[in-house]
Parts: sequence; structure tokens; C-alpha cells
Amino acid sequence: MDITSLTAVELGKKIKAREISVADAVKASLDQIERVEKAVHSFVTVDREGALRRGEEVQKQIDDGSLTGPLAGVPAGIKDNLCTKGMPTTCSSKILENFRPTFTAEAVRNLERAGAVVIGKTNMDEFAMGSTTETSYFGVTRNPWNLAHVPGGSSGGSCAAVATEECPFALGSDTGGSIRQPSAFCGVTGIKPTYGTVSRYGLIAYGSSLDQVGPIAKDVTDCAAILEVIASYDSKDSTSIDRKRPGYDFTSALINDVEGMRIGIPKDYFGEGLNCEVKEKILAAVRVLEERGAVAEEFDLSLVPYAIPAYYVIASAEASSNLSRFDGVKYGYRAEDYEGLHNMYKKTRSEGFGAEVKRRIMLGSFVLSSGYYDAYYLKALRTKAMIKQAFDQAFVRYDVIVAPASPTTALKLGHSLSDPVKMYLGDIYTVAMNLAGLPGISIPVGTDSKGLPVGMQIIGNCFEEKKIIRAAYTFEQTRAYERPELAKYPDKLREGLPKGLADERSKKDGQADDQAAGRADGRQIRSREGGGE
Amino acid sequence: MAKQYETVIGLEVHVELATKTKIFCSCSTEFGGAPNTHTCPVCTGMPGALPVLNKKVVEYAMAIGLATNCEITRVCKFDRKNYFYPDNPQNYQISQLYLPIARNGFVEIETGSTKKKVRIHEMHMEEDAGKLIHDEWDDTSLVDYNRSGVPLVEIVSEPDMRSADEVIAYLEKLRTIIQYLGASDCKLQEGSMRADVNLSVREAGTEPFGTRTEMKNLNSFKAIARAIEGERERQIELLEAGKSVIQETRRWDDNKESSYAMRSKEDAQDYRYFPEPDLVPIVISDQWIDQIRARQPELRTEKLERYKKEFDIPQYDAEIITSSKHMADIFEAAAAICGKPKKVSNWLMVETLRLLKDHGMEPEDLRFSPENLAKLVSLTESGAINSSVAKEVFEKIFAEDVDPEAYVEEHGLKMVNDEGALEEVLKKVIADNPRAVEDYRGGKEKALGALVGQTMKLMKGKANPGLVNQKLKEML
Repeated sequence: MDITSLTAVELGKKIKAREISVADAVKASLDQIERVEKAVHSFVTVDREGALRRGEEVQKQIDDGSLTGPLAGVPAGIKDNLCTKGMPTTCSSKILENFRPTFTAEAVRNLERAGAVVIGKTNMDEFAMGSTTETSYFGVTRNPWNLAHVPGGSSGGSCAAVATEECPFALGSDTGGSIRQPSAFCGVTGIKPTYGTVSRYGLIAYGSSLDQVGPIAKDVTDCAAILEVIASYDSKDSTSIDRKRPGYDFTSALINDVEGMRIGIPKDYFGEGLNCEVKEKILAAVRVLEERGAVAEEFDLSLVPYAIPAYYVIASAEASSNLSRFDGVKYGYRAEDYEGLHNMYKKTRSEGFGAEVKRRIMLGSFVLSSGYYDAYYLKALRTKAMIKQAFDQAFVRYDVIVAPASPTTALKLGHSLSDPVKMYLGDIYTVAMNLAGLPGISIPVGTDSKGLPVGMQIIGNCFEEKKIIRAAYTFEQTRAYERPELAKYPDKLREGLPKGLADERSKKDGQADDQAAGRADGRQIRSREGGGE
Repeated sequence: MAKQYETVIGLEVHVELATKTKIFCSCSTEFGGAPNTHTCPVCTGMPGALPVLNKKVVEYAMAIGLATNCEITRVCKFDRKNYFYPDNPQNYQISQLYLPIARNGFVEIETGSTKKKVRIHEMHMEEDAGKLIHDEWDDTSLVDYNRSGVPLVEIVSEPDMRSADEVIAYLEKLRTIIQYLGASDCKLQEGSMRADVNLSVREAGTEPFGTRTEMKNLNSFKAIARAIEGERERQIELLEAGKSVIQETRRWDDNKESSYAMRSKEDAQDYRYFPEPDLVPIVISDQWIDQIRARQPELRTEKLERYKKEFDIPQYDAEIITSSKHMADIFEAAAAICGKPKKVSNWLMVETLRLLKDHGMEPEDLRFSPENLAKLVSLTESGAINSSVAKEVFEKIFAEDVDPEAYVEEHGLKMVNDEGALEEVLKKVIADNPRAVEDYRGGKEKALGALVGQTMKLMKGKANPGLVNQKLKEML
């Protein structure tokens, strides 16, 4: 049986039915990693031994009946900004290269309690700052549909790992689109829940008031099941909201019916700047929903152009403060030669952070400085409140809002880094939901003429994940899940490698499951392309 | 004629709150643990850790705010104050800038016979930093995060004080209020109360304030008084010499009795305050305020009045006893047990104050239980022990909190009231001291004292002195 082609829920069922052992499930993932990782580089760390050991424990608990949930025994990839006790947690940054947390993030603990087996940590843009996974210190992740393209970001590693079937599902985090945009680029499904639904305890903060952890998987059913497991009220996170029991029953919304559902289509999200092919695919998907009884209507969502500046001011301001703890004093990287305390701080942070992180720290420090606070930060906070109001008004008339996840399909590697503002503008359809705290799902709706996936975003009002799950699930029933060639025929990989990479790879005796080698590997790609800095 | 100058002083007072756990995590606030033993991911700034507010901190802050006549901010928030220093594990301090918990209060102070209001500008909650230990030998610094996250309130006064006396009166007033609330022990030496002095001088009779300096590292009332005097003189000298005062932060060195500049306004840091996104606003309802108000204990002024009325204690004694909440607590408990408030007050006013002075201790350091003091009063009142024995026993109570009944029993200190035994001793004393006997009979009253002394000595101090006098006179 082709274990890796299964969805998380399908695999969980077979494990429960004793058709597949946990060990086999874990090995299938590890083998797939072995085959594709060198080309794709979804992972920063693969914990082969730990996963196999944990698999045995889980099998015992399944056998003695103490683990019965849908994810028991299912392998998982975890974005490398979620703390995992004893396992390296780097945020894909040099400054945390040697960091092993003393505790596990609440979302990951919830997964572990449900019996999921963490197989490793996935690559990301450094500290989740970026939309391409190119800012990772450990090298880029490649798009499984075309290795010359980016997987999107910042949860690019998690999305690529799911698309390549290195693991049936993964966790990501979304501060301005970091789950939804790479899910679209990689042809997988991802949910950014309502702010406060999944605990942020143990998520290494980028923009605290915007960050949310969410699931990435092959279909809506998986995402609903995973969200049901990771969402919880957590007293350790003051911004966590107690949604009470029915509020967490996301799988109850897996209903193939949108009769009478009102869909809003913001005109500004489908105008200038949106790639025609992307637009066509999404509007076609809306027509499918209309055929199933939904009522779609265009409307004017106000303030659309203000979302990006407001987002970059707020996220950078919070980041500049959140990242100040990385100073070489307590943990992580410390510069080797320094004279005195301030020189140590300066050198450590200059050497430890990459260019994009430094840019946002500087931007954030600037907008918070005395004399500029009112003009930038305070104004951005007011804009944020007004954007929330604009959505509140829209949700009076619509159950869900449909939008692209990105203006284009996945861009080529190296395309965005030279022009950061252009990269920031690519977040136009996703950042507003973070500012307003809204839930959003990104689902694949087809591929463009280059064979790259197109993603559609469905956005709901706060606490209305069930509506977007229902709409997404209904659409999904009309269309089969498309697997990239690389997932289907991993052994043919060498032919698909971009020119030059294949020869280089065959010379190298790299082991994808070996952390150190995996990282050296990453750096090599990085230096060869000169990307990242 | 030389110019007259007026000193203008405002205070920033930090008070460590007496919560059992820290402000944003459940680590112990206990002082003196081995380094980095009262720590967790939150108070050491580990990545991914998040703060959760300790409700008790808000309640103490509200209690202090209400007791100092402040308005309580109904929706208050925390802000981040960003600065890099190794004792600050996150490199930001969680504090309050935009919406502090309390504002616009005042306390009334008394210096000599004049009363005056000192206004409180605002009071906010914040977390304390860790402690740096510099190893001079090794040229390294070590950091202990045990204190990191201990809750503080900072009370910022208006520039309403004009002398060191007023400053001390203000600090004593704050200290008593806070101690009475049980919100802090307010020990300057141990740093649970810290004061920064903002001081400027201006020509008497002029309106505008002069340029002020801020003085830090003041850890006793005496140091504060000396620093104020020193800084006043320094500023006046500058002005007299035609120079100007520079706005700066200065560190007081109490050993050298002088201060030196730490940093000037030019290199003042930009703290880039912004609302703390990891904490939600604190909404304070009328009910919550009423609850805190209802729980507010009797404060010193009320207690003092009650002591005078209820126990007939003189003003001066009542002032001394109520100056420390701890001493007042001992007084009331002991008085309730033995039913002799005036006797209890005497023990506190005379022997207790003497022993505190001898040992260089504060009333807060008293460790004996009111039960034992009450027992001692009862023993004395019932005539079971005489007063000199009582003093001896009290010293034991003061030092070791012994049970006086058991102690008297064990050491055989009970007063002897057996007339037969006393007569035997008296006969011997009369026989052995013919000279004194002659003197007394010859009209020298003083000679009786010597005979009494001899008797007490032979009876090892346990005789009832009244009885000895009476019997001796009879027999002579």
C-alpha cells in the first residue's frame, strides 16, 4: 500500500483498524523524506530516532485502548518556530541554531496527547519574516510542483512537506498569510484560525497580536480534524479565548452543502494586480459553489489599500521588541570576539540575524521611537480597528468572503528578495484577516498554465470557522486532490531537478535525516544562489 | 544679602509587593534563594514563553491606590519598556505608561506642627529585574533571575516637597500605609522600598522650576536626607557660580557623601513604549473596587484614635505603637488575651523599645508572640513573679520567644510568699548586719534598702519586695 498518499485522517483510520502499524507509518514518512528531502529541503531537523521511539509508545497506547483519536500514530511536521522540548527549535535563524527549548508548545502538546508522532521541524522564513522561505538561514525550500519556484512562506517547509508527502500533515503559523499563501503555492489546504483559538504558548513570537498556529494538510477534513485537536483554551496564554465545547467541534462542519450560503466577493481583491489565470480559477470555483446553491455577490470592502502598511508597521513594531531577547546572554548564538557588553550585543545580533529580520527590527524600532509613535504606530492601530469594522459590516451581509491567497502563483526562486516592498505587496489578500483576527482557509482550486497550483481563500467572521470549513469542504467534493509528480514518483526525482543541481547532488553523500548534514546542505544551496542576504 | 533658595522635590518610590508568586508566572518571590532557583521560562525570557498576570498584584495596587486617595483607572493596560541590559531577560520590561492603574491621589504629611498634602501623580504596576553580580577577579558578570518578575508598584509624586523632613515624612507615611495594607514590608535596606529623588532649586519667591536632577541608590532615610542636603548645596553652588544645572541622573555614594553623574538627558534612552500585546486590558468594575475597599484594614490614623479612646493610651504611646503595623498587631493581640492594655503598652514602650535600640533592630523585626507577652503580664499582675524577674524573662521572650510560664517554672523564679521562710531569712539578715540595723533604728531610712537587698540576694531575687519591706519594718 502507498502509505504516503493517504491523508492524515485516512492513515489514522487504518492505524486504528490495525491495517497499518505506527512504525510503518513513521517509516513511510522517513523513507519519503530520504527520497525527496535533498531536492526540496522542507525540514530543518528530522528526528528519526525520536520518531521511531515515540511510534512504539503510541502503538502501545493504541493497543491498550488509551489512544483512540483520529491522529493517533500519524506522523507530523512542526514549523520550526514552535518549541519542542529537547529538539532544536531554530526559527530558521543562525541566532537560534543551537537552541533546544525546555518545554513544548501547547499546540504541539495537544497533538502529542492525541498520539501524533512528531518527525521533525520544518523550514521557514527566518523568524517567519518573508513570503518565500528564502530568508531561512538553512537554505531555501523548493516548490514541490516545480523546483525552480518558491514554496511561498513563511510556512513554506510545512506546506512543501505535506505536498511531497514527507508527512501527512504539518503545523504552521500565520501572522500575515504565512499558512494560507504557501498552502496555495504548494497545492495543499491550510487554516489560519480566529485569533485566540490555538494557544500561542511556545510559539516563538513574531507579531504577538497577529500570530496564530494552524493546520496544513491535503484536504479540508484533515484540517478540521487537526484544528479540533490543537485548538484549546490555555490559561498560559492571556490572549487565548475559551470558546466552550461546541466552539471546537470543527469536524461537525464537514457538510457537503452550501444551499443559501451568502458569499461576498470584494471587488478590490479581484482588480488590478491580480494575475488573470488566478482570477479565473477562483471565480470558476465560486461558480461551482453557486451551482451548489450558494449566493455570490460582489461588494466594496473599504480600506483594502491600507492593510499592508498597517500590517507592516504593527508586525515590525512587535517583532522589534519580541526579538530583543535574542542577545547572546542566555541562549542561542553569541559572537566570538567582542569587547564589553554593548559590543557583544551588537556583534551577536549583527551576525546572528539575516537581512530581512534586521530590516523589520529597524523598521519596528523606528515606528516606535519617540516622535514617530503617534504618526506610525498609533495610526496603524487605528487603521487596524477600522479594518475590523469594515469586515464587521461585510459579515452582516455575507456568511463568508472569497479572495485569492496571493496575486500570483509561486514565483521563481530569487525573484522577490531583491525588492522587499514588492514582496510585501504580495501579502495584500492575507494580512487584513490577521489585523481583524478573522479565520481563513486556503484550498487548491486548480493549476495555472505553468502547472503551478492556484489557491482560493475563504474568510469567515471571528469564531465562524465552521462556515469556511463547510464552504471549502463542499467545493472540495467536486474536485480530486492533485498530487505533484514529485510525490507520485519520488524516484524519478533526479530528472526533475533544476539544471546543475542534479549533478551536484549525485556527487554528495548527504543524508537528509541527519540534522547536521541537512543544515550544511541548506547553507550550500544558499551560498550557491547568493540568496538570503 | 545672599539669595535665598527653595528646594523642590518630587519622588519616585518603588515598592515590592508581598505576593507569594511573581507578577507574570507562578515562581516564588521569596528573597535569598540560591541563584536562579526561583525561575521558569517566563521570568527568564525564554522564547515562546508568555506572561499571565497575577490578580493579587492588581488587588494590592488597587488597595494602595485607594488608601492614597487615587482614582482607579477602570480599563488599565500594560506597556513594554524596551531597553537592553542583561538583568532584563527579555530586554523589555512589562510596565504601565499610557494607562497606569491609579492617578491623581494624595497623602497628608505632618512635619513639626504643620500639615501638608503631597499629591500623587500616578502609580503603576511593573516587573522587577534580575540581579547582576560582577566578578572582579574573573572579569565576568553573572546574572540571577530570582528577582526577575517580582511585582512592583511605582508611586510617582508631584514636586510638592520642599525639604528633607517633608520627604522623610512622606516616605514614612507611604510606608505605614502600605505596611498596614499588608501590601509590602517596605524595607529600604533590603530594597523592598526604593526611592529616587528628583530635586531642583529655585530662588525663593519665583515661579518656574529650576532644572532637576534625579538621584538614585538611596537605601536609608539617613542617606536620603544627606543626599537631599548634598544635592541642594551642589545645585546652589553651581547657580551662584553662574553655571547651570544639567538635567541628569546621579548616583549617590553614601560613604563618600557625594553623588556623581550616571547619564545626562542627551544620552537618555528612547524606551519605545508600546502596548504589551501578550496581555489583555484589565477591566476594573465598581464591584471589584467595593470589594477591595471593604477588605481595606483599619489604617494608622484610625487605629491611633481608637487606642486613645478604647484603651486610654496617651497620644505619644499610641503614636509609637501604631508607627509599626506589626507592633500594633502584637499590642492588640496581647491586650485581648490578658485584658491589660496599659500593661502591654508599657512593655512595648519601655523594654521593647530599649531592646530594639540595643540590638539595632526595627519594630518589623520583632519575633515574639503576643501570647507570651500576655502570659508575662498575667504572671506579673498576679504577683507570681516580681518585676526584676519579669524583666529578665522578657529578655528571653524578646530573644527566643520563650513561654514565660514554662521558663519561670523551669528556673524556679516564682516569687516566694511564704512568710515563715521569709522570717527565717530576715532573722539571719538582722543578725548578720548589726551596723545597718543600728543605722535604721537611729533614723537612717536608707539603711533599710541595704537590708532588703541582702534579703533579696539570699532569696535569689524571688522574694516579694513589698512583703520584705513590711516584715522587715515589723521585725525591726
